[in-house]
Amino acid sequence: MASFFERVLGKAPTSAVQAKERLHLVLVHDRTDLTPENLKSLKDRLIQVISEYVEINDDETEIQIQVDGRKQTLMANIPLKSPRRRG
Amino acid sequence: MNGHVVTITSGKGGVGKTTTTANLAIALASLGQKVACIDSDIGLRNLDVVMGLENRIVYDLVDAIEGRCRLTQAMIRDRRFANLHLIPAAQTRDKSAIAPSDMIRICDELRPEVDWIIIDSPAGIERGFRNALAPSDQVLVVTNPEISAVRDADRIIGIIEAEEKGPVKLIINRVNMVMVKRGDMLSADDVVELLAIPLIGIVPEDESVLVSTNHGQPVVLNEKSQAGTAFLNVGKRLLGEDIPLMEFDQKAGLFMRLGRLFSGGI
Repeated sequence: MASFFERVLGKAPTSAVQAKERLHLVLVHDRTDLTPENLKSLKDRLIQVISEYVEINDDETEIQIQVDGRKQTLMANIPLKSPRRRG
Repeated sequence: MNGHVVTITSGKGGVGKTTTTANLAIALASLGQKVACIDSDIGLRNLDVVMGLENRIVYDLVDAIEGRCRLTQAMIRDRRFANLHLIPAAQTRDKSAIAPSDMIRICDELRPEVDWIIIDSPAGIERGFRNALAPSDQVLVVTNPEISAVRDADRIIGIIEAEEKGPVKLIINRVNMVMVKRGDMLSADDVVELLAIPLIGIVPEDESVLVSTNHGQPVVLNEKSQAGTAFLNVGKRLLGEDIPLMEFDQKAGLFMRLGRLFSGGI
């Protein structure tokens, strides 16, 4: 349990906040039947396939599962490299 | 009459399914409804002791299903309410003794006789749970504000939705407001946000639940108990009464603050 001062100074989240964060992640994976490892592999392959057609900005690419109520959506934010910057 | 079938389930064991079933059944009966409750946890019979009716059992659910008695013979009349009956589970059999179709048949036979049929589901996601879910018109998922119970509740809700059963509503049992305020227990809001289904009851952690159960008198019969009031409110909400969910919490908070004031605490 975090001490009073740690909490007041905002250093340590309360145990309830930790429980909620951990549950949030676990529920996403339970509901989608997708382990963090599988999600990583999905991301890598998706980037690989898209890269065959367009040049993408790897560093800024975000692929994650978004939760809205009881619905999960796979959200991909894949910035394309501008042709002008090529070469 | 066209009885409405409500299944009480949870996934995880020990969160208060049987306590909720007993108290909800008595709450509805005290509100003048005709109620039959069914213990579908074959082999682990418990609803009878929680309701204080263990000495009256002659026939059980499996006897009725297998035709060794008429359904009415397996219905034990409550000591307190003549409009409340219990169909106990068989104790010496296991869940393979009955099938979902048996539960549907029993409930169809009961529907014309009562307003409500409350089914106490066994824990788990296997056969016993499927039996309890099969005849349901509505499902109440009981959980506690702790990680394992919430996770299992989410699994159960997923299965109920996949089976196109429901509507599903949530009862959060054993909420300790002192711990919630300290930041050491998930709040009802947290749990609802995670599970994303409508809430029908918040039951505070309350010693009187165990004490009442020890006496074979479910806590809802104790008008002074906060948990009892919470269970009664679930019954009223099932009947369509609009009772604010948070009112109870605020009351509990006030009592605790007063208590601390008098005991010289902060």
